[in-house]
Amino acid sequence: MADTITLHVARYRPEAETEPTFQEFQAPCRKEWVVLDALNYIKDKVDGTLSFRWSCRMGICGSCGMTVNGEPKLTCATFLTDYAPGPIRVEPLRNFPVVRDLVIEMSDFMRKLVQVKPWIIRAEEKSLSEGEYLQTPEELDEYKQFSMCINCMLCYSACPVYSLDPHFVGPAAIALAQRYNMDSRDEGAGERMDLLSDHTGIWGCTFVGECTKACPKSVDPAAAIQRYKLKTAMEWFKSFIMPRGAR
Amino acid sequence: MAKKSLEPFLWTLFSAGGVLAALLIPIHLLLFGVAVPLGWANPSYEHLFAVLRHPVTRIYLVLLCTLALFHGAHRFRYTLYDGLQIKHLNEVINVLSYGGAIVGSVLAVYLLWQIP
Amino acid sequence: MSQAPIYTEYHPRWYRRRTSTYWWLRRPSYLAFILRELSSLFVVWFVVFTLLQIYALIQGAESYQRFLDWSKNPVVVIVNVIALFFVIFHSITWFQLAPQAMVVRMHGKRVPAAWIAGPNYAAWFLASVLVAWIVLSG
Repeated sequence: MADTITLHVARYRPEAETEPTFQEFQAPCRKEWVVLDALNYIKDKVDGTLSFRWSCRMGICGSCGMTVNGEPKLTCATFLTDYAPGPIRVEPLRNFPVVRDLVIEMSDFMRKLVQVKPWIIRAEEKSLSEGEYLQTPEELDEYKQFSMCINCMLCYSACPVYSLDPHFVGPAAIALAQRYNMDSRDEGAGERMDLLSDHTGIWGCTFVGECTKACPKSVDPAAAIQRYKLKTAMEWFKSFIMPRGAR
Repeated sequence: MAKKSLEPFLWTLFSAGGVLAALLIPIHLLLFGVAVPLGWANPSYEHLFAVLRHPVTRIYLVLLCTLALFHGAHRFRYTLYDGLQIKHLNEVINVLSYGGAIVGSVLAVYLLWQIP
Repeated sequence: MSQAPIYTEYHPRWYRRRTSTYWWLRRPSYLAFILRELSSLFVVWFVVFTLLQIYALIQGAESYQRFLDWSKNPVVVIVNVIALFFVIFHSITWFQLAPQAMVVRMHGKRVPAAWIAGPNYAAWFLASVLVAWIVLSG
């Protein structure tokens, strides 16, 4: 196995250039090293101006998402040896504006997360003296998969619909809405359905399925969205048969 | 908010059409598009006409054709959005695709209705 | 409901890459997706072909014979063969995706995807056999 591996890292310095460029670096190719380790080595020993986000380095914080050889990946979970002999192309996460080097601007995503009302909505809250809301393991199972999202945005990077229409609410936000819709303690499905039932919501999705492939936590946002479409369609038909207040 | 948007209904038509298309179109195309023209199968005119006239066949064909048309229209409309990025032609695309599907469906119903 | 992305005042110039019109050529899975969506055109072609066939049948035996001769034309046969590949592609991708859209539970546990795909393929096979038998038995 080679000692070092070449990385072509995207650089973008808005104060000095108008377009991103690539810079070539050599990093040690250790068996246990991931792309994030290589980037940290570069920043430490070679070029301290390289900018990128990272935090937990163990695949739970969702900060280190970047495009590695054209695919959205968590750089803390992408081993160098899988790409040997290289070179490895590291670019910022696609479909987001680039602030600097490998750092992207994500306030659009943060706003969408809030828009879907990701909290338990109840017509009437129980008072503290009545105790906690009880939930069986089966009820937990209904939504647990969708609660595993670490907000890493790899799904937004993979989604062609988002790349064409930044107004699209996107896989993670809709999966999050479903996580609450399917929670037995929640009564807010109707409110969220109103928010998401237009062409920037669930109907913008054409079930490409790339989001599910990119997700490092097996959340399967594509499934969440299709099930949401099915549910919305059933509600639509029901609303003709039953009076309006039947939600 | 577009409370009574047609999207859920159109998506249901798309799904139903998709299921029927997936289950039935391959064999139909194999038989009448490939096998019969190439001489691998030779059902007689009388037999085919007798099958066609049967009320069950007529209803089956109406359902298959209309739902397949709406399935195709829905999917093609979204492909135009995504593939060619021409969302600004929204209204035109909608009218052309669903309008086409409606015209085709009316044709199919008319044809199958007035079989002697 | 969705607003345009918000701009922070006085920030350094962000770089926004415009999505190319040929975005779907960048990755094999994107190309497969677009081909899957284009199968819709061949579904519509099938309806057109079938309506022509029905019209020919109604008009009488000579009219049907003319239709048969037209469908033997190499161009038409090639179109139909291509259409056949596309509709089979539609069927296979449809059955692959169906389990993701529906969650079926038995005794509280999720049924594995193969249990939904399996019956779909079986139904496909049975429906095909039934149609072929009806058409060819005369």
